[in-house]
Parts: sequence; C-alpha cells; structure tokens
Amino acid sequence: MSRLRGLIRHPLGQAIGLVITAYLLFTIGIAYLPGLLGLRSAPVPRSVVLQYMLTALVGILIYVSHDEERWRQFKEPITALLVLPKTRVLRGALLTLAPLLIGWLTFQQVRPRVDTPIGLRSIHPAPPGRITFQGRQLELTGLENPLRHRGALEEHYETGRGIYYQNCLPCHGDLLDGNGHFGHGFSPTPLSFTDPGTIAQLTESFVFWRVAKGGPGLPREGAPWNSAMPAWEDFLTEDEIWAVIIFLYEQTGWQPRRWEEGGGEGGEGH
Amino acid sequence: MIDALTLVQAAADTTGAYGSFPGIGARGAVWIAAQVHLMFAAFVLGVPMFAVITELIGIVAKDSKYDKLSKEFTRLLVFAYSATALWGGLLLFLLTTLYPRFWGHMARVFGPSMWLYAGLFFVESFTLYLYYYGWDRWKAGRAKWGHWALGLLLNVWGTIVMFIANGWLTYMMSPPSGVTAETLPEQVGLWNAIANATWMPINIHRLIANAVFGGSIVAAYAAYRFLSARTAEERAHYDWMGYVGNFIAISTFIVLPFAGYYLGREIYEFNQQMGITMMGGFMSWLWIVQAVLIGVLFLAANYYLWIGMARIPGAERFRPYTKWMLLLLVVCWIVWGTPHTMIASRAELAAMGGSHHPFLNILGVMSAKNTAVNLMILTTFLSFLMYRRANKRPTVAWAKSGSMIEGAMFALAAGVVVFYGIYGYFVEAIVRIGFSVYQVAAVLACIIGVTVIDLFVLRGAESRGEIRWGEMPERSQYALFVLAITFTWLMGLMGFARSGIRQHWHVWEVMRDTSAQAATPALGAAANMISLCVVIFLALVAFIFWLGGLAERAVQRPEPAGGA
Repeated sequence: MSRLRGLIRHPLGQAIGLVITAYLLFTIGIAYLPGLLGLRSAPVPRSVVLQYMLTALVGILIYVSHDEERWRQFKEPITALLVLPKTRVLRGALLTLAPLLIGWLTFQQVRPRVDTPIGLRSIHPAPPGRITFQGRQLELTGLENPLRHRGALEEHYETGRGIYYQNCLPCHGDLLDGNGHFGHGFSPTPLSFTDPGTIAQLTESFVFWRVAKGGPGLPREGAPWNSAMPAWEDFLTEDEIWAVIIFLYEQTGWQPRRWEEGGGEGGEGH
Repeated sequence: MIDALTLVQAAADTTGAYGSFPGIGARGAVWIAAQVHLMFAAFVLGVPMFAVITELIGIVAKDSKYDKLSKEFTRLLVFAYSATALWGGLLLFLLTTLYPRFWGHMARVFGPSMWLYAGLFFVESFTLYLYYYGWDRWKAGRAKWGHWALGLLLNVWGTIVMFIANGWLTYMMSPPSGVTAETLPEQVGLWNAIANATWMPINIHRLIANAVFGGSIVAAYAAYRFLSARTAEERAHYDWMGYVGNFIAISTFIVLPFAGYYLGREIYEFNQQMGITMMGGFMSWLWIVQAVLIGVLFLAANYYLWIGMARIPGAERFRPYTKWMLLLLVVCWIVWGTPHTMIASRAELAAMGGSHHPFLNILGVMSAKNTAVNLMILTTFLSFLMYRRANKRPTVAWAKSGSMIEGAMFALAAGVVVFYGIYGYFVEAIVRIGFSVYQVAAVLACIIGVTVIDLFVLRGAESRGEIRWGEMPERSQYALFVLAITFTWLMGLMGFARSGIRQHWHVWEVMRDTSAQAATPALGAAANMISLCVVIFLALVAFIFWLGGLAERAVQRPEPAGGA
C-alpha cells in the first residue's frame, strides 16, 4: 500500500498515471461520459486522439520539468535504468523491446491496406462568387432569399415542406437530423440540419448553391462526387429551392447567417 | 471554335511571360527567395525597435547594462542587413528572369516607388553603420542623444521601406476597385495602387509581428550564448538578455491576434470569397496548424517564466498555482486545436454520423476557440505578473486592496470571456462574430488596468532578494529556441495563407497566372516548402550568431604583450 502511495507521489508515477488517464479520457471518456448526461457522443477519430495525446504529453513533460526538484526525481529512475549495472537485464529488455515496438508501429502505418484512404474533406468549402444556374448567371455574393420579400412566409414554408418530404426526407430524415432511412447507406452521411455547425453557420445563398449543385458541384477540397447529394437544379425550380431553404430554417429554428453591411461576411473557420 | 481561339489566345499571352528554373521550378525558386528575404527583413526591422527603446532606458536610468544590450542587438543587425539585401537582390533577379511579364506590370505601376525604395535602403544602411560604428564614439552627453536619434531614424527609414514593399504585395491581393484586366498599368495611379484595402492592416500587422519575431530571434541568440558561456558573468548577462527578448516577443505577441483580426476583416470586406477561402475553404486547416503552433508558443513562454522563477527569491509562494495554470493552458490548447471537420476513416465517419463529432463539435466553432485563446492570453499575463512580483514586497498602505482589485479584474475579464463564449452558441452567427470584440476588449482592459495598478502597488517596494541571473537550468534555454523556431515557421505558414488566397492570380482578378505552376499547392507540399525556408533561414541565423560571438571575442582578446 505504502509502495503504491509512493508510486503515485513520485513524479514519474504521476506522469505515467496522467498519460493513462488522458488516454482513457480521450478514448472512452469522450465517447461514453456525455451519454450519462443524455448528450450524444461517439468514439473520437484516431487522428484527433493522436493530436490530443501529443498535447497532453507536452503538458505532462512541462509539469514534471518546470520544478527543479520534481525534474530531478522524475529523471532518477530513468537514469538508474539506463546507467546502473544492477538494471542490466531490464535495460537489455527495454532496448530490445523499444525498437521492436517502434518497428511494429511503423509497419502498421505503411502496410498495404484495402480501406478507403482517409481524406481531408472540407464540409463547407468556399463558395464561388457566382454560379450558372439553369443556364443563367447568378451572383452569390450578397444574394438574399427572394421569397423572404415576396408573398407570405407561411405559404413558402408549406411549399418547402412538401418539397422536402417528396425529395429530401429519405436521406436527411423526418427530424432533419440526417437520419433518413437511406442515410446510413452513404459515406459521407447526409448532414444533420439540427447540428449547430451546419446551416446555422451559413448564408441562404450558400445553402442554395449546395442544394442546386449537390455533390458533383463541390469544389476540390469538398471531394466532389464523394457526396451522393444530387444536383437539384436538374429537378427543382429556383423558387422551389428557396422555399425548401425557408422550410429548413423555420423547422430547425436556426437563423440564416446574414450578410454584413458593405458586402463582407464575417469569418468563422474550422 | 471559340475554345480553340481561347487556347490560341492563352498560348499567345503566355509566350515569353515565364522563365524556367531547374529542379524546384520557377515558383519554388521565387518562393524560397521571397520567404527567406522576408524573414531577414522582419528581423532587421523588428530589432531596431527595441534597440532604441533599451538604449533610451540605458540613457534615462544611467544603466550601462541596457546600453550594452542595445549594442549587442545592433551588432546582430549589421550581419543580418547584408543577408536581407542579398536575398532581396536574388528575389529581384528571379522575378525579372522567371516572371518577366508580371514584374513588368508591377514595374509599370510602381516604378517611382521602386526607385525610392532602393534609395531609402541606401540611407537606411548608412544610418545603421553610423549607429553601430558610432556607438563608442558618441557615448556621452549630448552626443549620446544624437546617437539615439540615429537609432530612431533607422526605425523611420525601415518602416517607410516596409510600407512601400507592403504596397506592392497588397496590390497583388487587393487591387483598387475599378482596376480590371483591361486597365493599363499606367492608368492605375501610384498612390491609388499603394493605398489599397489591405495595405494599412498589413502594415500594422507586420510592424507588430516584426517586433515579436525580432524579440524571439534575439532571445534565441541569448540562449545560444548562454549555453556556450564560459564565465558566470557571461551566463548572467545572456540569461538576462534572453529574458528581455522573451518578454518583448510575448508581450508584443499578445496584441498580434487583434491586428490579425483587423486584417482578416479587411480581407472579407474586400472580397468575401477570398475571406471564406482563407478561413473556411481549403486554407482552413492552416488555422488548426496555427492553433497548435501558437499553443506551443504560449506553453514555451510560460514554461520559461516558471523555470526562471526558481532563481527569484520569494517566487516559491507562487509555485502551487503553476500546475493549475498549466492545466488551464493545456485544456485551452486542446479546445483551440480541435478541428470542426475531423480527419477520420470510413468506420469512424459512420460512427460519428458525418465528419462532425456529435460531442466535440461544440469545440470546433469560433465561440470555443476565441474563449480558449483569450484565457490563454490572460494566463500568460498572470505568469508575467507573478514573475514581476516574485521578489518584491509592496510597501504602500493600500497594497492589499490593490492586489484584490487586480484579482477582481482578472476574474471579471475571465468571466466576460467565458460568458460571451457560451452565449455565442445561442445567437446567430452575425451577432456571435461581434462577441469576439467584447472578449478582446475585456482582456485588453484587464492587461492595461492591472499593469497600471501594479506599477503603483510596487512603487517603492522592498526587495525579497536579487534575481540570481545566470542560475538558470539549461533546459529553459531550449524553450527560447522553440519560441524562435515556432515563430519562424508560423510566419512562413501564415504568409502562405495570405499569399495563397490569391489562388491562380498574380494580381487578384486583374492579371492571371497562366504559368504551368499556377495551381495553389496542397497543404503538405506548402508545409514542406515552408519548412525548407525555415531551415535555410535558421542555418543562416546560426551562422550570424556564431559571427556575433566571433566578433565579440576578437574585441575582448587582450593585446599581445610586448610587440615590435
């Protein structure tokens, strides 16, 4: 018991404990703890776990080395392992196992795989300044939803709802959360409009561009053809697309991003 | 038929417009020359700023230590000036031979300013030589003030030179409205071209960034000299110099994000597509890399201060707090570096239900990131404050209430930052963007308010003991190297973001890049190129550091006994 207490109090023991705690938090903790509070979560991708672990590791190294006494204690067992004659067997084992481990990890990285390569896909790529919509030029910059200044909003909402249920429901779902009955068959999966990171961040002109041009019309960073979203300009009129956009915002309760006075749009990145 | 004609026209336009360069190509050659030139230029413009400030402190406080420090800064400048000019010359030759049509356009728009630029470079160089070589000659009385004025002039010339060059590069990014592909260069108007939309934001951003960069390189120089010092006196001097360099770098760095924000706003104002390309398009991953690197800077700076507190009597009373400050910094760093769109395998994407993580998604937006970075700035400022207060015991009667007011200001600033960070999730985007202004204002007000109060609280304070300069563990000096390397890398990386958002245009929507290398490079390729530039620059800087030491040893070496 006292040995365990000594290990916990020792800076090296603390560092190892912190590394393990951080790993468990980033893998199991984030995946399952929010669920206890009724919040949705999922396992964290490996790339992000790696980034988090490197960050935590830097923090832990700073913790053990910014105090002279703690740093001395931290190094003591490591130096003993690498220098003292009595630790020869352990040292030999470590110096054999460490290269083997690194070799195995390297092999895991470079071995041939049949998985789809991991791509860096931008969900909200930069829109073009203007597009060609059904054969005519449309300036996207500063473009507002014309239906908001024409006719009754309630009517447009109803029209939009009809269009949504006829065309969008199978993928984007009844609750607009991307969980339509076909949704799970696609990769990437359809966007959830209830997510604060999707239409809540965008102007209506951006959403119009995405609906009109679909997956094939994505710029390179958005991985065109990767998305199964059809180019709806081939099936819907301009007003129908604007109406469905009104439905999306009204139904989710989000406000579309407005254009700033003077034409610029404030920036929010990744 | 029309397509064929377009192709013929494009071929005719491109003929003779571009040269070729072996191995790395024309763009690679110009990229390296421009980037390394810019790094040296930033150094030679940043260092004179605090050389004159430290010289002034030396004159007013009658402390020769500051004068020696200022002279040492300037010695580095003499070597770095030649490197700046050499790389500038190389860049000019490369532009003339590899991009003759583009450079012809620029020369026709900016001709007279280029002559002025060259003339001012001469004046600036000679002012520097007078400033450095006249140091020991004009070291007392009125002559010393004259000497100091030379340093001031050096800054004036340097700033004008930079403003002129900024006019050229910002014209490429944001040419004045009304200038089109059909406009003749002579019709643009020189002042109209210089005073474009992003000129002043770049001027301000670079002025501050140069001071940050200069401070970090000087600190790295001091670290190098500290590690190679042979006497306790040398170690003490270079320990102190490293501290001053780090202080300058970090204190000016704290205001840099605000200047960057101003620049970003102006880019959006000029062209929203350019702005979105920068922040939300294919360049957006650069901001995650930037967040990671700036996290390194904050942690390295704090680490250096915390280690340094071991040589300050009285600092031990602050030691229990550092681990909590570290925890806060690491948590904020994690928040800031969390990508909104995650790199994930097919199985991971399916589990998340898309590229956005259902829980970590809340950390991917600007509300979380602005909150994190502002808390990191506040924590770093607190470290500086603890460092400054460590060996002092206030004697004013109201010291306790003064400290409590300072504490309340910290709490209030942190409260405002966190409140608007959380509130930002409940309002629409356009309102949320405005919240960052309140967060920044709260942090700046706290920094200014606490600094002023602290100056008065510590007036006439008793000393708990002198700082034991030189008694610094060697590992602390590597933190200074990390700072310099990270700043250099960041500069190249964000420079690429600024330049890359022009995409396939030499001059945005005025002159198209029709060369074979017109495509914007992928992030990985750009990062490799930037890293190469950083390695070239740092190798040359290491050589300059070595020369700096060599020159000093030559001066210190005693005359041989006897003689002819």
